[in-house]
Amino acid sequence: MPAVIEVRNLHKSYGDTVAVDDVSFAVEEGEIFGILGPNGAGKTTTVECIEGLRAADRGEISVLGLDPRRDRAELTQRLGVQLQDSQLPDQLRVAEALKLYSSFYREPADWLALMNDLGLAEKSKTRFAKLSGGQKQRVSIALALVGSPRVAVLDELTTGLDPQARRDTWELIDGVRSRGVTIVLVTHFMEEAERLCDRVALIDAGRVVAVDSPAGLAEQVQSEQRIQFRPSVPMDDSLLTSLPDVTSVIHRGDVVVVTGNNNALNAVTSVLARNQIVARQLRVEQASLEDAFVALTGRHGAAHQAAGQS
Amino acid sequence: MSAVTEMPVPIPPAAARHGSALGRLTLTELKLMGRERSRFFVRLAVPLVLLVIFGAIPFYTQKRASLDGYTLLDAYVPILIAYALAMLALTSLPMVLAGYREQGVLRRLQTTPAGPVRVLVAQFVAYAAVIALMVLLILAVARVGYGVVFPRQVAGFIVAAVLGAVAVLSIGLLIAAASPSAQTAQSIGMILLFPMMFFAGLFFPIPVMPSFLRHLSHATPLGATVQALQDAWLGHWPHPLQLITMAAWAVGCAVAAALLFRWE
Repeated sequence: MPAVIEVRNLHKSYGDTVAVDDVSFAVEEGEIFGILGPNGAGKTTTVECIEGLRAADRGEISVLGLDPRRDRAELTQRLGVQLQDSQLPDQLRVAEALKLYSSFYREPADWLALMNDLGLAEKSKTRFAKLSGGQKQRVSIALALVGSPRVAVLDELTTGLDPQARRDTWELIDGVRSRGVTIVLVTHFMEEAERLCDRVALIDAGRVVAVDSPAGLAEQVQSEQRIQFRPSVPMDDSLLTSLPDVTSVIHRGDVVVVTGNNNALNAVTSVLARNQIVARQLRVEQASLEDAFVALTGRHGAAHQAAGQS
Repeated sequence: MSAVTEMPVPIPPAAARHGSALGRLTLTELKLMGRERSRFFVRLAVPLVLLVIFGAIPFYTQKRASLDGYTLLDAYVPILIAYALAMLALTSLPMVLAGYREQGVLRRLQTTPAGPVRVLVAQFVAYAAVIALMVLLILAVARVGYGVVFPRQVAGFIVAAVLGAVAVLSIGLLIAAASPSAQTAQSIGMILLFPMMFFAGLFFPIPVMPSFLRHLSHATPLGATVQALQDAWLGHWPHPLQLITMAAWAVGCAVAAALLFRWE
């Protein structure tokens, strides 16, 4: 199956500032593809080139077989877009906005059904300025979908939302995918990428550092697990150190910390069971996308700052 | 959010199209204007209030031999029409458009098949419609309330009013194009409004201005508009020079606005 979006060696600079240095990736039909990176990594510029809002300096982009600049008129019919920091007129009501935007498209979706699906029915007569942040984002998603697009680009969807609104929005995106819409999701928020994305392109300083599933990225940087527990009876370390999957065993007070490869948990629990030792407060730590991010970009501060502000 | 997770697959298509994009945009702009009640209706009311005030003062409603039997109010109605045009085109339109750019409304439209140019056209059409309504209202109130005759050269009046409206709307577009924010756009509009109205004779009739001010007045968009409207009132076809002046302002400002305009 041909890729829905293909980006090859994209380069874009503004004056002396290189925003996107060399970005390549392909988005497959039906997936949620994440573009993840710290602020200023070039994520938004990359998707603005995909949307045809900006002309690339170099490189090729194909969206549904179309050139975003040359075939703009056709692209706007088929690509749904949600922009970062874009608003509607303050006095425009939710239903009016959807009705208006649906009149732009050749084959619009039923805006009324869409409004109900996105949980906006009660707000249909509310003016845009009076909506909460989460509701505004839902309207924004509805407008991105009202043209029945096959692909939707969503930029910094949950930035500025409270945790509950963010989780609600994530559920929505899952729902959108189940309609068969391919989604490109721009985010600097690890948990969001981990929760939603099938695959992630990690972008840093205008370059793609890695493309993989969130779990795959995590595995790339750390193939070990750390297992912590409080044994019900004192135990001999040699029970564990003799296991081939275990690399080290240390004690912290009465807590035992075991490190080993991906099979270590299996091996440790079966040894404990055989010796009738109960592992209390068992915790297993695996590398997360955030660890991968830090390891691959070497930017601990940026990642935390990003997560903290969103 | 349970309704959300049970979304139908795929999105149902619309049963019918909801009118043309331009028609919907224009209707939407008109509705939004109506919702900015305090700002918008005050603007509409000012020329009418002035008409009522002038009409209540006998000094303005006496027929004068020096004005060929017309009253001062007859001479003021074209000025109030010019005022109505300028009020909407210079203070309302630029503020709304610059606000749209500031809020990303225009940018968002860039990603749809409608495109942002349509919203400019829709604004233009919506304001033209409101201006037409205003002109008719002023004519009607002046006629019914104070016996001001209708313009005798009707075609000339329409041409002058349309050209005058297009000229000030183009200036409004240029202000929107040149302003970084809605706030700036509104300030520039207000600052331009009063000198332009001075040259239209709002405070001081054009015929009694010193000659250099009178010539300057004829070169301004509203001065030319008022002259052309007054000519049409008296039954003459407006002087070509005034029509050319208005057209030049319209074209010049529209071109400058198109060159300067940024969508974001």
